[in-house]
Amino acid sequence: MTGKTLESKLAILSDAAKYDASCASSGSTKRDSRDGKGLGSNQGSGICHAYAPDGRCISLLKILMTNFCIYDCAYCINRVSSNVPRARFSVDEVVRLTIDFYRRNYIEGLFLSSGVIRSPDATMSDMVQIVRKLREEENFRGYIHLKTIPDAAPELIEEAGRLADRLSINVELPTDASMKTFASEKNPGQIRRAMADVRLRKEAARDKTHTGRKAPKFAPAGQSTQMIIGADGSNDAAILGESTRLYSSYQLKRVYYSAFSPIPDSTSRLPLISPPLVREHRLYQADWLLRFYGFDLKEIVSGARDGNLDLDLDPKLAWALKHREVFPVDINRADRELLLRVPGFGVKTVSRILSTRRYRSIRYEDVVRMGGSMKKAGPFVTAQGWSPGGLIDTAQLRSRFLPPPQQLSLL
Amino acid sequence: MRHIIVPDFGTAAAWRKAARACLNEGLSPADISWGSEQTERGLFDDQPAAAAAPVKMTVPRSFVELAETVCWHRDPDRFARLYAFLWRLKDAPHLIADRGDTELAHLRGMEKSVRRCQHKMKAFVRFREIGNRDDPRRSFAAWFEPTHHTLEPTADFFARRFGDMDWRIVTPEKTAIFMNGKLSFAPGQAKPELPDDASEALWLTYFRSIFNPARLKVQAMTSEMPKKYWKNLPEAATIPDLIANAPARARAMADAAPTLPPVRAEKARQQLAAHMSAWEGPKEALPAAIHACTRCPLHQNATQAVPGVGPLDAALMIVGEQPGDQEDLAGLPFVGPAGQLFDRVAEAAGLRRQEAFVTNAVKHFKFSPRGKRRLHQRPNSGEIEHCRWWLDAERALVKPKLILALGATAAEALTGTGADILRRRGTVEQLADGTPVLLAVHPSFLLRLPDPAERERQMALFEADLRRAVEMVAALAARTGRQDMAAG
Repeated sequence: MTGKTLESKLAILSDAAKYDASCASSGSTKRDSRDGKGLGSNQGSGICHAYAPDGRCISLLKILMTNFCIYDCAYCINRVSSNVPRARFSVDEVVRLTIDFYRRNYIEGLFLSSGVIRSPDATMSDMVQIVRKLREEENFRGYIHLKTIPDAAPELIEEAGRLADRLSINVELPTDASMKTFASEKNPGQIRRAMADVRLRKEAARDKTHTGRKAPKFAPAGQSTQMIIGADGSNDAAILGESTRLYSSYQLKRVYYSAFSPIPDSTSRLPLISPPLVREHRLYQADWLLRFYGFDLKEIVSGARDGNLDLDLDPKLAWALKHREVFPVDINRADRELLLRVPGFGVKTVSRILSTRRYRSIRYEDVVRMGGSMKKAGPFVTAQGWSPGGLIDTAQLRSRFLPPPQQLSLL
Repeated sequence: MRHIIVPDFGTAAAWRKAARACLNEGLSPADISWGSEQTERGLFDDQPAAAAAPVKMTVPRSFVELAETVCWHRDPDRFARLYAFLWRLKDAPHLIADRGDTELAHLRGMEKSVRRCQHKMKAFVRFREIGNRDDPRRSFAAWFEPTHHTLEPTADFFARRFGDMDWRIVTPEKTAIFMNGKLSFAPGQAKPELPDDASEALWLTYFRSIFNPARLKVQAMTSEMPKKYWKNLPEAATIPDLIANAPARARAMADAAPTLPPVRAEKARQQLAAHMSAWEGPKEALPAAIHACTRCPLHQNATQAVPGVGPLDAALMIVGEQPGDQEDLAGLPFVGPAGQLFDRVAEAAGLRRQEAFVTNAVKHFKFSPRGKRRLHQRPNSGEIEHCRWWLDAERALVKPKLILALGATAAEALTGTGADILRRRGTVEQLADGTPVLLAVHPSFLLRLPDPAERERQMALFEADLRRAVEMVAALAARTGRQDMAAG
């Protein structure tokens, strides 16, 4: 480990961190450094400072403190039985990298995770030390996302929550059974207890203290988690079921779905397929329908085959095609809940429709200007001067939305 | 016709002021020609405009916000478009909420693209350090080419973010300067030569390493980071190579044969085992869990783990050292020579072994092969420590009233030390949870004693210890029995 340059450590420890999908830097407390006594600010929404060619945004300096790890989780690049090169940052190195990157406007803040070394407490306490130094010595006011280690001591979690904006802990796989198979040393029950603990601390921090002062905020940007998709045999219904449970039980801000991707020096126990990116995308769409469009799990899964979402069509369209009796919807009369169920309409389009139709009735072209996709919505709505006719009942309706067939290659 | 020039600096506030003045004079959009400092004057610009009655109207708040953003758009028609829409609002104020209106849709589109330009500026400005790293206020500078006139409305973001350093952002039209906490603007400049910055190399390293070659999605990248910005982004220079090599890198990962775990893995596994919390599970599952144990390397050479046997409600728990050659083969504790000796003495002492729970401190046989024989080796403290987890699980399950510890290893596993067992034998020590432990030697010690007289003496002591165990169990059982009756 000695003799590695900062640059080679950075290469190893960011390579090791890239399988964590989260890069959000939004939704924390608003703060800035206009007073000249610190560095950094946090506004409502996050900023993506760069994009890598994998289409993922780079908003935070996402690194591991170390990729040494005593666990042997089959899907993980850092598992103990892998022969990838190992490195470890010192506290000062992480602090310096964060500050230097931030001052050049490369990043919104730090996403610090780590392999588990020595013991959970020792690892967590090193991580907390980094964050404490950033906040208290460097007066850093940017965003900090900290991975928590499941069975770390409560006082470490407490301090982590006061210093960081977001805490997260990954459930990794959708079922306890697959955890047992691929990450036998991790205890899913313990992970759930850790998330429950963060929720309770967050709620406790909302109450005023007995003197009437506000308690210091605990992880103001909430907690999130990640599930790996496609490593085990779980179907989409199981995955979405688990995330619904997680959202409701622990008030998570986000559940990230990460398509299982080939890793260097992988184990023979897992299939090295190209990552199921479309499936990942469909899961995110379904996740959004569940949280912002008033769908419930049963409805989304009802459009699925063998419990898996249709890869060719987005889940709302798949649902609409199976529930044609609901359509066509009259744009000028239908209520918000129903409009949200029209394929091709987003939350913004719907609120624009609602605010405009208070004054006049809406035509086909209006919806296009409001940002609705009439190519998708057309067969499912009526508007002034627009009726889909028998379109909604045609047997070929589905094929209108399918991606064009591809000519097979001769060679 | 009135010609109004809206200045390049302070554009939004100036337009707002001018528009208010025009409404006061009742000037319709057709009476005004709007221009900026760059636009040329039109042919009829200087003809006097017809005065009309002042317009009294309440301008909706959302229009003010819209105008404040659209004013920074690069379209020369922006001022005229805004005023024309404002003029329509005086008779139909609800138009501001009519997202289907063509003109509003156009203005909202302009607003969106200015906001996007601002957002991209916040994201893609890249500072280089131009001062000394150790200065009390460090100094940085950046060159940026925005699509719209967005430096002015966006500069405050940088002032809020980088409050403790001096910085300047140079664009072709304007320069924003932040010195000692004061923000000011100056005319634009040509692209300045900025000194090399060592952190930039680290940033490129980070950019290359965080990219996952197995999930190439170039379009997703370019839609959010359009190529027009690439020339001022240091990291963009690495993109073509990353894309070109990605398929080969992904293939190499898939083709690579699985490797053997490094030597370190075994050590880490032991470390992990030491930190695992207590075993939890149904009692029927315990023997199976012990059989599956890989907490220490002993499992690699042994035939099988040997869990304890006996009634789960036994009052007496007997803890030996570890399975021997015979026990390892049979999978049962105390069946080899030492076990047979134990049985003989126990019978003489009146101890009924089948009523006790019999187990070992370490569950796997540790030995060194010597020709066709396996020579017993004493487990070390690490192995005892790992296996204590199972012993604790068995204790938690059986909840014995008395534990009989045979030999130094059992003493160490239970009390923390195995020292001085010959002096401690025959004494009772208390565990943290209050369970009494009676210490005795291990029967294999008796088998190994060369001097017949000494062996005779130790055998007698051992028998006395076993007898004492029987008596203690009886006394403890009677006491709890009395307590039970008292409680009943």
